[in-house]
Amino acid sequence: MSNFLTSSIGKKFLMSISGIFLMMFIIVHLSINLLLIFDDSGDLFNQGAHFMATNPAIKIMEPVLALGFLVHIIWSLIVSFQNLKARPIGYKQLNNSKSSSWASRNMLVLGCLIFVFLVMHIIQFFWKIKVTGDPLLAHVTVGGEEMENTYALVSSLFKASLIYSLIYVLGGILLGLHLAHGFWSAFQTIGFANKIWLKRLQFVGTIFAIVIAIGFSVIPLYFQIKF
Amino acid sequence: MEKTINLTLKVWRQNGPKEKGRFETYQVSNISTDSSFLEMMDILNEQLVGENKEPIAFDHDCREGICGMCSLYINGRPHGPDEDITTCQLHMRKFKDGETVTIEPWRAAAFPIIKDLIVDRTAFDKIIAAGGYVSVNTGGVPDANAIPIARPAAEEAMDAAACIGCGACVAACKNSSAMLFVSAKVSQLALLPQGKVEAKRRAKAMVSKMDELGFGGCTNTGACEVECPKSISIAHISRLNREYLKSRLSE
Ligand code: HEM
Ligand code: SF4
Ligand code: FES
Repeated sequence: MSNFLTSSIGKKFLMSISGIFLMMFIIVHLSINLLLIFDDSGDLFNQGAHFMATNPAIKIMEPVLALGFLVHIIWSLIVSFQNLKARPIGYKQLNNSKSSSWASRNMLVLGCLIFVFLVMHIIQFFWKIKVTGDPLLAHVTVGGEEMENTYALVSSLFKASLIYSLIYVLGGILLGLHLAHGFWSAFQTIGFANKIWLKRLQFVGTIFAIVIAIGFSVIPLYFQIKF
Repeated sequence: MEKTINLTLKVWRQNGPKEKGRFETYQVSNISTDSSFLEMMDILNEQLVGENKEPIAFDHDCREGICGMCSLYINGRPHGPDEDITTCQLHMRKFKDGETVTIEPWRAAAFPIIKDLIVDRTAFDKIIAAGGYVSVNTGGVPDANAIPIARPAAEEAMDAAACIGCGACVAACKNSSAMLFVSAKVSQLALLPQGKVEAKRRAKAMVSKMDELGFGGCTNTGACEVECPKSISIAHISRLNREYLKSRLSE
């Protein structure tokens, strides 16, 4: 086992496992977020957010999620740096659009942009909810239970700012592009593909990427258009 | 009817492994569109010899698409603009009259340049030597049906065995990864009963040699499969990942 994690396939294995874990997280995250647009009173989303904030299983998963991001980001940098070293002198003329997709060649760029988005996103919501607090979060009572008004925090940002709404749409699209390659790539990396499954995974990956991109984009757009 | 074209060629010239290289521009005229790309290179070299200049060094041997010696990164693609062929099988009818054609060597840290367009591909031989064989003495030719092999496995092993070791996969890959080559060599043996015995040891040894020689890792862009003259499928890469992970995780 000693040098497994430093071998080329071992490193990709970590990227794949962390990537699959992040994809599972993103499915849960999107499902909860979509509650935002199905109940304009905000009760549904507040209950969802409250459940996520108080559920012990989710409490355990929070540091695991942070670790997942950390592993994914650090190993993506290690892998990318070593792959760069494997070609010290590049080609003068490159015509690679015929043989590979743009997203597959720019996973690091997409990942870094997602990272910038992530930092902004954490400052705007997660940090305020968990650490600093915000007047908008003043407690409300839903179904007899007192909880933070997370809905007010999120919806007022999207209602007030066209710029931030568009940035969130962009974030959704960037994530979609990352996953359009990342989804099937992750399964290919752990060895779960053959000639038939490769096609199936690529198909499912495309659908998944579109659902993620549209799912996240539709939320800020809903608030911009409706309010 | 025979058609001829004139071309401007931008060719990488480098006197030796340690020398600094540069692009030189040459003109060739009246090239028959029926000739092959390497024949065009021969004509250019005749021309250079006539001018008392040093001819361009490039690799070639069989000139019929089976040995894998010919290389050349032509107009941004390994083996040039056609699909599923080697450079010796590339016809000049794929080019337009007056076109500028850029010719570069394979670029990879693991394939150092020897001279001009010739690169050292012995790294591939070293990977094979690390485990790409069956090490038991198999004796004489066995009876055809003595060892039953399922048809799909036989077909897939045969497809993998079509790899000619040309290195276009490395040249095409943005990471200079040799995973398609290695996966073809691992697959052709892992799929068959004779090769299965040593499958674990083989996958581990070949991958660690590949890493040691300075090839990059696979990010599944799929460029190798598209540029491979033998259409080796990246499904073999998934099998290699599987074989390698099985080998390492069972240690
Ligand atoms: C936060 C910053 C992020 C960075 C810097 C980043 C970077 C990368 C890089 C460089 C790769 C390797 C590309 C390749 O193998 O072709 C990759 C793969 C991947 N990423 Fe990300 N990524 C980030 C976020 C995410 C997120 C949020 C998700 C999921 C929701 C995700 C899911 C994946 C998956 C599934 C793969 C494929 C793994 C594989 O090929 O084995 N990434 N990422
Ligand atoms: S896998 Fe294809 S491109 Fe790579 S060495 Fe073999 S034949 Fe050439
Ligand atoms: S010279 Fe043998 S394959 Fe081209």
